[in-house]
Amino acid sequence: MDFLGTTSLGLLRAVPVTVLLFLASALGASLVAAVLVAMQQARVTQGLARAWIFVFRGTPLLLQIFMVYYGIAALGPIRHGFLWPAFREPLFCAWLAMTCCCSAYIAEVLRGALGAIPVGQIEAALACGMGRWTRLRLIVAPQVLRLALPAYGNELVMMIKSTSLASSITVLDVTGVAQQVIAHSYRTLDVFCLAAAVYLGMTAALTAVLRRIERSLDPLGSAPR
Amino acid sequence: MDAELSVPALLGLGADGWGWALMAGAGLTLAVALAAMAIGSMLGAALAAAEASRRVWLVRIAATYGLVMRGVPELLVVLLLYFGAPGMLAGVAGLFGLPAPGSPPAFLTGSLAIGLVSAAYQAEVFRGGMLAVPRGQIEAAMAAGMGPVARLRRVILPQVLHHVLPPLGNIWQFNLKDSALVSITGLAELMRVSLVAAGSTRRPFVFFAAAMVLYLILTSASSALFRMIERRGSRWAGGR
Repeated sequence: MDFLGTTSLGLLRAVPVTVLLFLASALGASLVAAVLVAMQQARVTQGLARAWIFVFRGTPLLLQIFMVYYGIAALGPIRHGFLWPAFREPLFCAWLAMTCCCSAYIAEVLRGALGAIPVGQIEAALACGMGRWTRLRLIVAPQVLRLALPAYGNELVMMIKSTSLASSITVLDVTGVAQQVIAHSYRTLDVFCLAAAVYLGMTAALTAVLRRIERSLDPLGSAPR
Repeated sequence: MDAELSVPALLGLGADGWGWALMAGAGLTLAVALAAMAIGSMLGAALAAAEASRRVWLVRIAATYGLVMRGVPELLVVLLLYFGAPGMLAGVAGLFGLPAPGSPPAFLTGSLAIGLVSAAYQAEVFRGGMLAVPRGQIEAAMAAGMGPVARLRRVILPQVLHHVLPPLGNIWQFNLKDSALVSITGLAELMRVSLVAAGSTRRPFVFFAAAMVLYLILTSASSALFRMIERRGSRWAGGR
């Protein structure tokens, strides 16, 4: 097979790594973001949630990844503790950093959507005698999901692109494999363009899925087509 | 094992300290982000104009550019420019029969890469901003005898700035953080300096934490600045 064919195949074989990292961090970040939003509702935990969001939104993800992989992993209690098998793995470190970082961005998205729910609806639900969980389940959550979806989708697209930073700590994702091939072949332009095409394919697929969900959640049919 | 330096000595301004180097790195980070923002503004404005034009091929080029730049990781763009630029330059030079000029400075390729990505996002912002001023107002200003400068200053800018400043502030924050990616080119900006310091002292935690603090200072100071300009701007536009 010719060079471009083998390279494309090699890059495509690395797609599962990228997708796994993306899905795992998207799941982790969304869960942490939900916790952060909940923490922002109570005065005691508000400060901690705000500090978390401030730190992770205010520093580059690359630095956070290095901090986890080289910084935290070098600390004595981690190095000699029971967590070492996890922190030894670059993929785990990339996942941890991405989960923390993206949770801060997603929390801001969720908070924005939460603020867009009219107070009157909450009051009406209270007046109907709904408890906290019923309110959340029937009134708040369905609307937050719909309102937050476009911005949440943007975050997810950003996350797919951010997974490429994992290559800087030796994870062999699509970018990592591309760099490896270039180190052997010196064919920079072709290989990076192929890798770019692979990422474009992934982001386009995600955008298409998100648009479909958006449309199916939209009762008035006003979402852009 | 050699004696370990204390954290203040490591980060201090003394002979063994990395304080000056870290601060110089932060300055270079700021410079990369500023250069990228400027490149992104010019190209972004051109893209927005292209997308608003009546020529189909211009619209298509601008739309494709945006799609590609927003769908490809920033790291890939930085890598492509860094590794690809010498070859591209040699190719261009070869067309004119000149010898290959070697690799361009890392600052240039780095800020160009971040700027090219930034342009795609800034184009979106400018496109939205252009919609903020109805055509009728421009026509009315012309009918009232306003020149192009007066129109820009009294009619267009006050309304457009109001719409454009908050998203531009967000893009600036992304530029600032994306500038860390330029560290792979060896440019001694904040990320690179902290990596070098972490490697040579074997105290990664201390230096990455210090770099985080410096990035936080850069991002929060600039967001405070943007908020101030926004307040000023809205007063200027008639106190909205």
